[in-house]
Amino acid sequence: MSPPTSPILSVQPTRGLVDEKLKVVVESLPPGSPVTLHSLHHSEDEDYWEAFGHYVSDFRGMVSVSEDLSFGGTYTGKEDMGLLWSMRPVPGSRKGLRLRKMNVCSPMLHNISVYSGHVSEGFREQTPLTSVLVERWYMAPGVKRIDIMEKGVRGTLFIPPGPGPFPGLLDMWGGGGGLIEYRSALLASHGYVSLAMDYFNSQELESADLEFKYFETAFNIIKEHPQVIPDRVGMFGLSLGSLVTMHVAAESTIVKPRCCICVSGSHFYPNTFFCIAENNHHVWRDMWIHLLDDPSKKVDVGKINCPILLVNGKDDQNVPADECAEDIALLMNAAGNGHLLSRVLYPDTGHLIEPPYSPHFRASNFKAAGVATKTVMLLWGGQTKPHSDAQEDAWRKILSFLQHNLYSSTPPRAKL
Amino acid sequence: MMDRKQCIVKLFVQPSRGLVDEKFIILVQKAPPGYQLTVHALHKCEDGHSWEAFGHYISNAIGTVNVSEDPSLGGTYSGVEQMGLLWSLRPVPGSKPGLRLRKMNVQIPMEVTISVYQGHQTEGFMDQVPLASVVVERWYMAPGVSRIPITEDGLTATLFLPPGPGPFPGLLDLWGGGGQLVEYRASLLASHGIASLALDYLTPKITMETRKMVDLQYFEKAYKILEQHPQVHGSSIGMLGLSLGTSITLKMAAYSEVMKLRCAVCISGSHVQPVDGSMEDILKHFNKNADRTRVSEENEFIWRDLLLPVPSDLAFKVDMGRLKCPLLVVVGEDDQNWPASESAMDMKEMMEQAGNSHLLTVLSYPNAGHLIEPPYTPHARASLFRSMATREKMMALWGGETAAHSLAQEDAWRKLLVFLRENLYSGTNPGTPSLSHL
Repeated sequence: MSPPTSPILSVQPTRGLVDEKLKVVVESLPPGSPVTLHSLHHSEDEDYWEAFGHYVSDFRGMVSVSEDLSFGGTYTGKEDMGLLWSMRPVPGSRKGLRLRKMNVCSPMLHNISVYSGHVSEGFREQTPLTSVLVERWYMAPGVKRIDIMEKGVRGTLFIPPGPGPFPGLLDMWGGGGGLIEYRSALLASHGYVSLAMDYFNSQELESADLEFKYFETAFNIIKEHPQVIPDRVGMFGLSLGSLVTMHVAAESTIVKPRCCICVSGSHFYPNTFFCIAENNHHVWRDMWIHLLDDPSKKVDVGKINCPILLVNGKDDQNVPADECAEDIALLMNAAGNGHLLSRVLYPDTGHLIEPPYSPHFRASNFKAAGVATKTVMLLWGGQTKPHSDAQEDAWRKILSFLQHNLYSSTPPRAKL
Repeated sequence: MMDRKQCIVKLFVQPSRGLVDEKFIILVQKAPPGYQLTVHALHKCEDGHSWEAFGHYISNAIGTVNVSEDPSLGGTYSGVEQMGLLWSLRPVPGSKPGLRLRKMNVQIPMEVTISVYQGHQTEGFMDQVPLASVVVERWYMAPGVSRIPITEDGLTATLFLPPGPGPFPGLLDLWGGGGQLVEYRASLLASHGIASLALDYLTPKITMETRKMVDLQYFEKAYKILEQHPQVHGSSIGMLGLSLGTSITLKMAAYSEVMKLRCAVCISGSHVQPVDGSMEDILKHFNKNADRTRVSEENEFIWRDLLLPVPSDLAFKVDMGRLKCPLLVVVGEDDQNWPASESAMDMKEMMEQAGNSHLLTVLSYPNAGHLIEPPYTPHARASLFRSMATREKMMALWGGETAAHSLAQEDAWRKLLVFLRENLYSGTNPGTPSLSHL
């Protein structure tokens, strides 16, 4: 009886941070043979997500995902991270799913397998040739997670390992509400004390009353932490969080963020969340365009006194991010602080610009806080491949913006 | 004194969670140029003892230190040593003597805190605040490896299965005269795709209860467990033994009718033993010459002479000519515990005479000692050892000079993995397995 001829699959690292690249190599395959590389994830919500690529081994019997082309599957071409970003719910899943890790103290687990031939379905009914398990973490070892419940602020604070002191970040998500920790955990893994804030919970705050004091208090909690450098605290917002960021940066007399990052945001204050239905997917973008002409409905961005980075997708179906960014630039240039503004606009990219390699969903179920218990299918926009490229590029730019403004010893450019 | 607020030193270690045999890259950035720095590692082991290592560096013109490329100018290691912070770990000053670092619980990682301190420090690290520090996890188990305690057939063992459907090649993993169920090497081998069974054969439950040593069928039962396991390829089983484990491995490889080993690995051991002897006989044989024990100036026991000279009487050494499978023999030339070098030379001669020496590969490492462990395991030149004969704890001299011994561990492990892969997997399309991250 001959010894096993199974191919050897190696994935490096087997335990990595979610923004680290994977190196996936298969060896000891028969030369020139078709194989499928598959990744499977069982989410916290008990759904299954998968991605796969069709490859042909070379004449050493090898497939290297970072070097070889995928000929088909959920991604094609030379895509070293396609097995993660092109993941989608398996056939038969519930509709409108979104993949988000809520418990950041445990890793996301991915089963990476090699199947013989070019397989497109029925993976669960077949036995792969070989498979490995990979862990993807939002939290680096040594990052501390602390529940915050003080002065009326509810959130989670993540502190990098080491004595510090560190720069800080106030991290805010959007109108979906809840306490979303993963981006803060990841930012702490990059050396920033980060406070993930729960500010849009319909039980406690009226949707239209974004309490100013609440954000100033939260900002000061970070600023006054013994391991934080008090004049190196920034703000990071996505969607509604961007609005909050710009508002505080412009109007607060108490807090002075050192820099701001606004992802997929607008600079005007919404009155209510009314919707326009389209193909059963609610599109919110167009309702806000008319507000662009009314200055009383917009944040006075001319008063912003720190570097600000706008990250937007051109296909954002939720917020007219493109038009807003244009208007913000106009207003800031007119006010004389335009040199503080940097913007990136990604083609075919939607609203949910998440940390890299997060799967893309053009639409998903959304429970609008403040709209009773109605769950709608919200259109976010974006095409998977360009959106995923945007996430990867945006994260790199975000990290370098933070590094430059919060870590570098040269002070940020002052207002002229 | 650097102004902490203005100049924040950044420290990166990649990977932050790795297997124990993976290399890491340590980068210090944003220090002032030409600055003296100490990079320090601290580990608190399962027994509660603290271990540390450190290297002295000078940042370059852009304020960077790269431990994989820059030389350490002093500390517990010197020169360009990418992994020096692990293999040169030693008990902190004030620790009790004779400690040895061994992970018994492989389901959780070793945590090592890597820090950067100002200046070239040699002591008092715990009383200072570092400039930066990170935590690194070092794992003996890859994700998805299953750990299965085995208690059937009177065995005390643990089976580690790689993730995936299998079937996998199998391996019996034996340690030496210290006894206990030591799992870390087996779990690491499973992390490399080999279903590995760590076997306690000196202090298993059955011996502790009956006060009787196991017989040779005990090993054959362990082999059968592997052979019959649905996820193990029954005709692809090897055996690995260190120290006394070598004695068992060679005995089984040469004489067992039941075990059909595909290959064998013998580390720091000997073929000298009563050929027809039981476990008890083997141990008694070693103690016969107990008067040949030497003691070093530091009161450490040297036991290598107990088996010397290598006998010419064939009743007292395994008939190496009977071996039918490839054999890898790993020895440290400064082994003070067993006469591994001399035995390896004799084994080679026997096999040359018998005509099967093409099966033999000997890796002989100058200045390496007895305890040739997985890479980056801190070197213990001597440690407290509970002798099976006297049941007393004595300070055993293992030998080896730290830097050379650590290099030997790294090289031996790489070659051992290649040997196992070549012999336990099909030879039709071997290629070169990608071990570049090791």
